[in-house]
Amino acid sequence: MPTKTYAGTEVTVNDEGFFTKPDEWSEDIAVQLAREEGIETLTGQHWQVIKQMRREYAEKGTGPSVRALGKSSGVSVKELYQLFPKGPAKLAAKIAGIPKPRGCI
Amino acid sequence: MTKRIVILGGGTGGTLTANRLRRELGEDAGITVVDQDDNHVYQPGLLFVPFGLAHPEDIVRPRGRQLHRGIGYHRSRVDRVDIGADRVHLEDGAVLDYDVLVVATGAALVPEETEGLTGPGWMSKVFTFYTLEGAVALEAALTDFDGGRVAVNIVDMPIKCPVAPLEFCFLADWYFRERGIRDQVRLSYVTPLDGAFTKPVASRVLGGLLAEKGIELVTEFNTGEVDGAAGRLVSFDERRVDFDLAVVIPVHSGAGYVGRSQGLGDELSFVPTNQATLQSHVRPNIFVIGDAGAIPTSKAGSVTHFEGEVLTRNITRFLAGKPLDASFDGHTNCFIESGFHKAMLIDFNYDTDPLTGHFPAGLGVPLLKQSRLNHLGKLMFAWLYWHALLPGRDIPGVAGDMPRSGKNFPAEAAR
Repeated sequence: MPTKTYAGTEVTVNDEGFFTKPDEWSEDIAVQLAREEGIETLTGQHWQVIKQMRREYAEKGTGPSVRALGKSSGVSVKELYQLFPKGPAKLAAKIAGIPKPRGCI
Repeated sequence: MTKRIVILGGGTGGTLTANRLRRELGEDAGITVVDQDDNHVYQPGLLFVPFGLAHPEDIVRPRGRQLHRGIGYHRSRVDRVDIGADRVHLEDGAVLDYDVLVVATGAALVPEETEGLTGPGWMSKVFTFYTLEGAVALEAALTDFDGGRVAVNIVDMPIKCPVAPLEFCFLADWYFRERGIRDQVRLSYVTPLDGAFTKPVASRVLGGLLAEKGIELVTEFNTGEVDGAAGRLVSFDERRVDFDLAVVIPVHSGAGYVGRSQGLGDELSFVPTNQATLQSHVRPNIFVIGDAGAIPTSKAGSVTHFEGEVLTRNITRFLAGKPLDASFDGHTNCFIESGFHKAMLIDFNYDTDPLTGHFPAGLGVPLLKQSRLNHLGKLMFAWLYWHALLPGRDIPGVAGDMPRSGKNFPAEAAR
């Protein structure tokens, strides 16, 4: 497994840059991860989504889909795409330091 | 004492579960199946309706008649389940108490969830073949269609039978060629996935087939709006696909009553379920079969069929106070119609992706490769559905567990 250093901490990630050990994550790391993905500032709404992602991962063992996130986070799907352009489920999972969502088959 | 088993849903899963349990338990159990209507649709047949290759009367039969003697059939919509009281409230006012509840109400289409989808153009320019009504309306529209842009769009996963939209494209290519107008039709496959399919080996093969047939592949397109009046699909990140005719697979949810039943379903009204035992996570006496469950399988009839064996065993064990059998392996088996009287077959489970090779062993039919034999298999399957699968019999040569023999495993992944 490759490792990367964020906010002075070495973390384990997969080939696509998703965390494999969510415990290694911190809020400082998230800020740096977001910048790397082109999000300059994490707003209150960003944090609301990031915390919901981590909560769902802890409960269910996988991050939610965009549609489920739209129903559970209090942020509409349209807004999710504005907050995390190109793919909220994957991008928010990456910044929230949880493994890549399994998605559907 | 006679145990009361209530099965919600008289489709593939509910019917085969009722018939298997009746055979297993006889008079020891009182089995009641509930459904809102009496039309059992052979859903794999819907794909063929728009092309005039199947007709509604070929694919619909009465639900009650697929159930063995001694099984009760109650026709009503379900209002809600009170999971704390082990009680089902029906919309006709009836109340059913249960020792075991089986949720078999599948997945429902929710076109209203997508902006504009049921607005102007719905059922005149924008169709779905995932309902009988939609498939019939689409047949008429295709007959009148003499050229232009056709977009086949999956709004979001999960959907029933994830290969069906691809099959629709392959058959549309064949259909327009037969009519001599293929060169006047631009066919696009517009998907939220990053390739033609979810699993890598199959995605490559199916993506290659799209290219070979001149079907444009548009990936990572998350449909935010369907503008029927303007003939345009718009994604959440503001990409656009123009169409003259759109075939849209709307988002799916679990049945409406699941959402109304406190504690039964997840955000999308699917029931959280143990993927190996098929017992729900919400209550030990609630079991789930088929598309209604939140488990990482395809939502497909073959999965439901393979689940039937484990489910029946586990309900019997649960009633006898014995430990459950955690042996469902996620087995899925799908014929993929590829046009020109050919089809492919894919066979996989939780751990093994679809691979090339032969099924069910070295001398069987080819996997992930087009053949006439697979097309005949697909056609023959309709007969097996009514006469073997629904009555709850095993299909000869096709076991519940996925066969490993005959598959070309990548050397390093031989686990």
